[in-house]
Amino acid sequence: MAIRERDPHTGHMTIGHEWNGITELNRPVPTPVWWFLGAAALFSVVFWVLMPAWPLGDTYTRGLLGVDQRTTVVQKLAEAEQQQAGWRRRIAAADFAEIEADEALMRVVRGAGSALFGDNCSACHGAAGRGGPGYPSLVDDAWLWGGAPESIAETLRVGVNAPHPDTRVSEMPAFGHDQILDREAILQVAAYVRSLAEPVSAAASHSQAVAAGKEIFAANCAACHGDNGQGNSDAGAPNLSDSFWLYGGDPQTVFRTIFYGRKGHMPAWEHRLAELERKILALYIRDLRSWPEGARR
Amino acid sequence: MFGFHYRLERHSIALAVAIILVASVGGAVEIAPLFTIDETVEHAPDMRLYTPLELAGREVYIREGCYACHSQMIRTLRDEVERYGPYSLAAESQYDHPMLWGSKRTGPDLARIGGKYSDEWHFAHLFNPREVVPESVMPAYRWLSRNELSTDDLGRYLAALRKVGVPYSDDMVAHAADDAHGQATPDSARARGVAGRYGEPTNIRAFDGDPGRLTEMDAVIAYLQILGQLTKAAYGSAPDAGE
Repeated sequence: MAIRERDPHTGHMTIGHEWNGITELNRPVPTPVWWFLGAAALFSVVFWVLMPAWPLGDTYTRGLLGVDQRTTVVQKLAEAEQQQAGWRRRIAAADFAEIEADEALMRVVRGAGSALFGDNCSACHGAAGRGGPGYPSLVDDAWLWGGAPESIAETLRVGVNAPHPDTRVSEMPAFGHDQILDREAILQVAAYVRSLAEPVSAAASHSQAVAAGKEIFAANCAACHGDNGQGNSDAGAPNLSDSFWLYGGDPQTVFRTIFYGRKGHMPAWEHRLAELERKILALYIRDLRSWPEGARR
Repeated sequence: MFGFHYRLERHSIALAVAIILVASVGGAVEIAPLFTIDETVEHAPDMRLYTPLELAGREVYIREGCYACHSQMIRTLRDEVERYGPYSLAAESQYDHPMLWGSKRTGPDLARIGGKYSDEWHFAHLFNPREVVPESVMPAYRWLSRNELSTDDLGRYLAALRKVGVPYSDDMVAHAADDAHGQATPDSARARGVAGRYGEPTNIRAFDGDPGRLTEMDAVIAYLQILGQLTKAAYGSAPDAGE
């Protein structure tokens, strides 16, 4: 330890330590620092009184302001709902057709729906609602369970093959895997199914298979998909005679669908989204189709 | 007035002890009382236990570092409650050892991801996130569907958790490996064992679509599908929070 000594140039004491020939003057703490320390101490005393602060065994001092983050967020949510009360009430009261005819309300639907769709639906159906293999596009005209807003809202509520007690149930059997049809028969019915969507090209190339496939179809598939493959929205059986394919319309994918079956799953949203939110989403989804390609996010 | 401090500074051990004492004031005042204050952990009588398969998935979640980008903690903020659902309660992670609340939010919060998407979606998304979410920056975890799940240490894992307060029964500990297989093999005798021990609402499915093999993918999806589903306590206390 070095000896504390007086600095000859300034007349102040040094702190008594030397770093490679450099020593430091021992000066008092500047007055403004004392002020800040004092103010901070005073502030904390005031805060202890106002806010939840001190632990007392199995409880704690609550503070005079009674601040609690949980009640704060509940209040904020209630305030937001209050602010939106005007359109919330109108959308809740009106039926789908009235809202769709009301441009002002549809502007609200587009704003609120976009956020809801992005948070909840876009993971499967895509940010633009175009879907993908196994996840239906929401911007085309093909609807497994019907495209009326009431049907969409109901699908949102109960889901498809979901744990919800009222869930929509739909399962395409595994005709090959469960040995209902042999490989040859599946190839024939696949050819027939593809010919429904593209009558000219498919029929020309496999006319024999198509004819055989038609009989197999009538015996095995028509119960759900209809005699002409037009589908049945009560059973969630897709229309096979249009150009929309949920899993893909190439020969391999159609074969795979028939061989292994399909059982799509859409979660039920009744417990996750409020009724009003589901109503907005149903309207938003229907509206999405009318947006020009570039305007969809 | 600095006389004491001058003397303290000149004794390194005493200074170190004094620093530790001062620095622990924050911990003593802010952390320690949480163990004694009654309302820290809410009462959740319907709280379920993680099944062995879900626990194994939790281990994979930790191993792959999912917590580095995904939090499991919905804060008491309006935007988070509107996006993810009711704010997280301490009771919901009372059996989490260690807790995986996280604080880095590169991806979405996962506290209530259970049941939000289908098993098929989780499989596709873990296998290659871009397949279902083109704009995703999440890495692909393809090996999860290749790796067989190791189940032989699950019994000891449950026993260890019991030591820190998770109420697993002897029966659960003894059948841990069987239950892990059973949960991913619906309609089997082992599946009925899982439902009996862990309750009817337990998800019993072939999570990766293949009941024949038990993979790490099965475990991770089983874990993700239970997040936020162990208790309904958060939905009861805050009726407005579902908005």
